Amino acid sequence: MNIVVAIKHIPSTADDLPIKGNNLDFDSLDFVLNEFDEQSIEQAVLVKEAVGGTVTVIGVDLIGELDGVLHLALAKGADKAIKITANEPGADSHQQAKWLSEAIKGLSPDLIFTGVQASNDIDGQMGPMIAAYLDLPYIGGVSSVEVAGDTATVNKEFAGGVGAKYLVNLPAVIGVQASTKPPRYAPISKVRQMAQTAKIENLEPVGEASAELTFKKMAPPVMTGHAEMLTGSSKEVAAKIVDLLKSKGLV
Amino acid sequence: MSNDIFIVIEHLDGKFADVSFEMVGKAKELASVLGGKAVAIILGSGLPANGFASDTTLFVDDANLAEFNPAAYGKVVEALVKEKSPRLVMFGWTAAGMDLAAWLSARLGKPCVAYAKEIRFESGALIVNSQAYGGKMLAEIAPSGDLAIVAVLAGSFPVEAGQGSTMATQIASPVVLDGLKIKFIESVKPATGDMDITVQTKLVSVGRGIGGRENIELANELASALGAVLTASRPVIDARWLPTSRQVGKSGRKVKPKLYLALGISGAPEHLEGMKSAELIIAINTDKKAPIFNYAHYGATADLFEVAEAMLELL
Ligand SMILES: Cc1cc2nc3c(=O)[nH]c(=O)nc-3n(C[C@H](O)[C@H](O)[C@H](O)COP(=O)(O)OP(=O)(O)OC[C@H]3O[C@@H](n4cnc5c(N)ncnc54)[C@H](O)[C@@H]3O)c2cc1C
Ligand SMILES: Nc1ncnc2c1ncn2[C@@H]1O[C@H](COP(=O)(O)O)[C@@H](O)[C@H]1O
Repeated sequence: MNIVVAIKHIPSTADDLPIKGNNLDFDSLDFVLNEFDEQSIEQAVLVKEAVGGTVTVIGVDLIGELDGVLHLALAKGADKAIKITANEPGADSHQQAKWLSEAIKGLSPDLIFTGVQASNDIDGQMGPMIAAYLDLPYIGGVSSVEVAGDTATVNKEFAGGVGAKYLVNLPAVIGVQASTKPPRYAPISKVRQMAQTAKIENLEPVGEASAELTFKKMAPPVMTGHAEMLTGSSKEVAAKIVDLLKSKGLV
Repeated sequence: MSNDIFIVIEHLDGKFADVSFEMVGKAKELASVLGGKAVAIILGSGLPANGFASDTTLFVDDANLAEFNPAAYGKVVEALVKEKSPRLVMFGWTAAGMDLAAWLSARLGKPCVAYAKEIRFESGALIVNSQAYGGKMLAEIAPSGDLAIVAVLAGSFPVEAGQGSTMATQIASPVVLDGLKIKFIESVKPATGDMDITVQTKLVSVGRGIGGRENIELANELASALGAVLTASRPVIDARWLPTSRQVGKSGRKVKPKLYLALGISGAPEHLEGMKSAELIIAINTDKKAPIFNYAHYGATADLFEVAEAMLELL
């Protein structure tokens, strides 16, 4: 089974997210692996362990800093890493999806995993777009994958704990929400070892597509409401909460 | 090219999703500005399709569409859009809509804006506000061209405006639905788990800030001391620190307790969807810009462990 996992590094939302012009100031941000990609890497490794094969991680390198997450993926069990070097922080999803599909086509995969989404989305998700460009089926929101022959049985999550099982003909693109088992931990020493020894294959971006939209503005939302902030030391905050709950008859 | 607005309606277990009604209401408002019609598109089999306030309701009634299937639904929506060229196609930014919106966008080479919170036309030009970075940012986007796709975040518009009694027109599928590469097998019912969190009056809820399995016990103690039940955000559930039945949010349960004490939860849109109408929300988070504070009634920029331990001493 030839499994390809598209991974993305995104600005950490734990950060302050400084603005420059009509978008974020990409130069002063910390980039981290998209949380759902951690799940999809694990899902790919689990499938490989179950039925054999190789796991190739691939990403579009928009800011020249993708190596870190590729090394992390290798430490978590991926066999091969590829980056498409574009160095265009503003490249939109459609353009990136096009580059990825062209590169992925050349890998003749049986199974392509993406994360279900990334938190910096504006124009939808990469998974369905890659599927559209490659004319493959797509199913997302998936929380377990079992491969048998040239089909995969997946569980897709809807709302309220309701889900459904689907049978998917391979090759297919699957958007992973959560892997069948929680992602394994990769020790720092292993990531460091990958950084020193692993070879990352470099591909030129090929193909063109456009999201057909203009970014007018990016700003923190203007909120109508905000919590009344309880100040003081943690002890004082605790006392204020307990008093509040007592006054409302909740304890 | 028409000025019509398509709303792709969603249903699960025979029940229409609230976001579908929200979109129909919004679409009517937008269509009247454009001089077009709000057209509700229902894909399914044997559904009671007459409950929308849309100008027109088209019901594609086909056994292959009985349950959501991205392969089948995608084909049908694409064919209808190609045939009728609406100005705007609206999906819910839901488990189903997420499979279709961006796919359709790439198939047609037309723009797509996900996470839409606001949609308007300014002198004929479409403007969409989209939530990004876990709700910390709001982007203003101008899709170009004569057809755009928008995927709407649930809870953005009122539900009532979309409820009505328009008689649906039943149509056959515009495409043959055989040879589908995805097959629906069966529904998976919610894990019954250890309890029903939707009926509890007090919830203490932990997020990724809880750090590890070893800290769940502290949160449990606090919950017991408050006579509350412990729930969690998705990352805690995915890590298997608590059972699935305790998950609050978009893919978890929607709760409306008298008290929701959120510890180390950032307030991502998918979490808010499940708890923002709780009667009293108190949030503890070390990040003063955490979006949860925009929805909580009371909050503190503090370490959850310190606050939890101090509260335990007082209770
Ligand atoms: C289709 C889909 C469905 C989803 N469904 C759900 C769902 O049902 N429910 C859900 O919750 N999520 C859901 N998500 C995931 C959602 O997008 C977020 O990833 C998730 O809600 C984040 O959880 P969190 O707030 O616990 O984690 P984070 O966003 O990582 O936030 C952790 C917070 O803890 C704070 N913190 C850290 N340490 C401390 C400390 N010591 N004291 C106090 N605060 C601290 C940090 O400042 C941060 O704000 C879904 C996503 C998708 C794509
Ligand atoms: N630049 C990229 N390189 C590789 N994969 C990506 C990239 N952007 C998005 N993806 C994949 O698409 C998923 C959804 O991201 P997004 O479309 O940004 O919501 C991610 O989890 C990745 O699997």
